[in-house]
Amino acid sequence: MPELPVEIPIPTPHQAVFIMVAVATGVASLLVVTNRNLFYSALCLVGALFGVAGVYVLLEAEFLAITQVLVYVGAIATLITFAIMLTRGIMFGVTSPNNRHMFAVMSMALLVFLLVAGVVDRVPWAVAEDLTLSGDGKSMIVDLGWEFVTTYALPLELIGLLLLIALVGAVMLARDDE
Amino acid sequence: MAEWYQVLMTALVGAGVPEWIATAIALLVGVTAIGLVAPLIALILVWLLRKVISRIQDRIGPNRVGRFGLLQTIADIVKLLSKEGINPSRADFMAYNLAPILSVFGVLLLFAVVPVTRGLIGVDINVGVLYIVALGSIGIMAALMAGWGSNNKYALLSGFRVVAQLLSYEIPLVLSMLAVVLYAGTMSFGELAEQQGNFLGLGWYVFLMPGAALIFFVCALAESEQTPFDLLEAESELIAGFHIEYSGMRFAMFFLAQFLGGFVFAWVGAAMFLGGWQGPGVDLPGIGGFLAAGYMMLKTFAIYLLMIWVRGTFPRLRVDQMMSFCWKILVPLTVGLISWQMVVQVLDLPTPVIAVLVLVGNLLVMGIGLYAVGRAIRQEGFRTKRAFTPDSLIGTMQPVAE
Repeated sequence: MPELPVEIPIPTPHQAVFIMVAVATGVASLLVVTNRNLFYSALCLVGALFGVAGVYVLLEAEFLAITQVLVYVGAIATLITFAIMLTRGIMFGVTSPNNRHMFAVMSMALLVFLLVAGVVDRVPWAVAEDLTLSGDGKSMIVDLGWEFVTTYALPLELIGLLLLIALVGAVMLARDDE
Repeated sequence: MAEWYQVLMTALVGAGVPEWIATAIALLVGVTAIGLVAPLIALILVWLLRKVISRIQDRIGPNRVGRFGLLQTIADIVKLLSKEGINPSRADFMAYNLAPILSVFGVLLLFAVVPVTRGLIGVDINVGVLYIVALGSIGIMAALMAGWGSNNKYALLSGFRVVAQLLSYEIPLVLSMLAVVLYAGTMSFGELAEQQGNFLGLGWYVFLMPGAALIFFVCALAESEQTPFDLLEAESELIAGFHIEYSGMRFAMFFLAQFLGGFVFAWVGAAMFLGGWQGPGVDLPGIGGFLAAGYMMLKTFAIYLLMIWVRGTFPRLRVDQMMSFCWKILVPLTVGLISWQMVVQVLDLPTPVIAVLVLVGNLLVMGIGLYAVGRAIRQEGFRTKRAFTPDSLIGTMQPVAE
C-alpha cells in the first residue's frame, strides 16, 4: 500500500464545522455574482451573510453574530430583496452576469485580492495572549457599551450624524414636489 | 450554557462516552425536544384559540371530535396532510417551496433561548433578547419569498405589507425590550428571570415598567401578525395574503409558524415583564422546579389568552393607521422612554428613587400614548362621519344635469 506523501490531518469537530460553514459561505458568495436571476442572487446573499454570522459564532463573538443577522439579514438584505421585487423588469427576467466590462472588472478584482492578501500576509497582526476577555460574555457586552459612550463616543456620534444625513437625503429625494 | 446541558454532559462522559459524541448527543436531545414540543404546543394553541374566540362570539366552537373538541386540531392536520399540494403555474420553484420551511425554521429557532425554569433553557446566551429580535427577520424573508414566489398579485401586495409592518414595528419592539435590558443590565433570559425574584418572586418588571410592557405587547401583536394588525392577510381585500397560493402541508407550515410566533412572543413577554419562572415558592426543594415551570407556562398562556381576547374584540386597522400609529405614536414614545430612563440611571441616585422615577416615566408614557390614540380615534370618527353624510352620497348618485 503506497504511503501518502503528506499526512492528512483529521479536523477536530470545531474545525469540521468551520470548514462546512466556510465552504457554504464561499459557495453562496460565488452564487451571488454568477446567478442569472437577481432574486436568487439576493437569496444567496442572505445565505452568505448567515455564513459569516456562523463564523462569528465559531469565534465565540455571539454579540457580533447576532448583530450581523439583525443588521445585514434583517434590514439590508430585506431592503435589497424589496428593491428587486419593485423593479418589475428585473424581477421576472433573466439577466446575464457578464457584460463588456467583464475583463476589466476581473483584473481589478484580482488586483484588489492581491493587495488584501499581501496585507493579510505581511502585517504583523497583534495576537492577544488570551483570547477570552476577563470575565464572562456579559461583562464583555457591558464593556463594549461603555467603550462606545466613552472612548469611542466621537466616532459613534459621527456615524449617527452620517445616518441622519442619509435619512434626510432620502426624505428629500422621495417627497413629492409641492 | 444552561444547566441541563452540563448535567447531561457529565452523565454521558461519566458513562464513558467520548466527549465529542457526548456533545453531539446532548445537542441532539435539546434540538429534538424543541422540535417536538413546539408543534405539540401548537395543537393546544389552535384548540384554545378556536374555543375562546367561539365563546367571545357567543358560539360553542369545536365540540365533536374528542372531549370538548380537543382532537379537532388533529383531525384538521390529517385533512391538511391528505390534501393535494398544488403548484401554481409560473410560480418560482425555489422561493415558493422554500418559504414555508423557512418560516417554521425561523420560529423554531426562537424556542432555543426562551427559559422554562432555572437551568432549563435551550441555550442561555448572553444576547438572548437581541437573538429574538434578530431571528424575527427570517420570518420577514419567508413571507416576502412566499408573496413573490406565488406569482399572485394579492400575495405580492401582502408581501409588501409584511415588510412595511414588520420592519416598522421592530423598532418600538426593540426599544421597549431595551428598557428592561437597561434596567436589568443583562440580555440573558436566565439572568432577567433571576433579577425579578424580589418580593417572594413577585418583583416583576411589569409593575416597574407598565408603559414598556404595554408597548411590547402591542408590538408583539404586530410582529406576530395578530388581529388588530392582521392586514397582511386581510380576507376581504387580500383574500389570504402571502399564503393564498399554498395548500395542504405547505399551508399548514405557515399556520404553524403563525401560531408559534404569537406564542413565543407571549413567552418572551412573560420572561421579560412577568418575572419568567419566578413566583412564590420556587426555591422550595423538590417541588420548586416544577412550580417554576408551571408558573412560566401559566404566565405565557395568560398573555396568549390576552392576545386571543384582543383578537376577538378589536377591528382590523387600515394600512395608513397601522403605519402612523407606529411612527407617530409608538416610536417617539419609546425613544422618550429610553432617554428618560438613561438619564435617570446615569444620575447617581439610590435604587428606590431610580425605581420610582422609572415608574413615573412609564406612567407618563402610558398616559400620553393613550391620550394620543384616543384623540386619533375621535378624529377618525369625525372624518368618517363627514365623508359619508347622506347629502353627499345622494349628491353623487344623482344623474348629471346637462
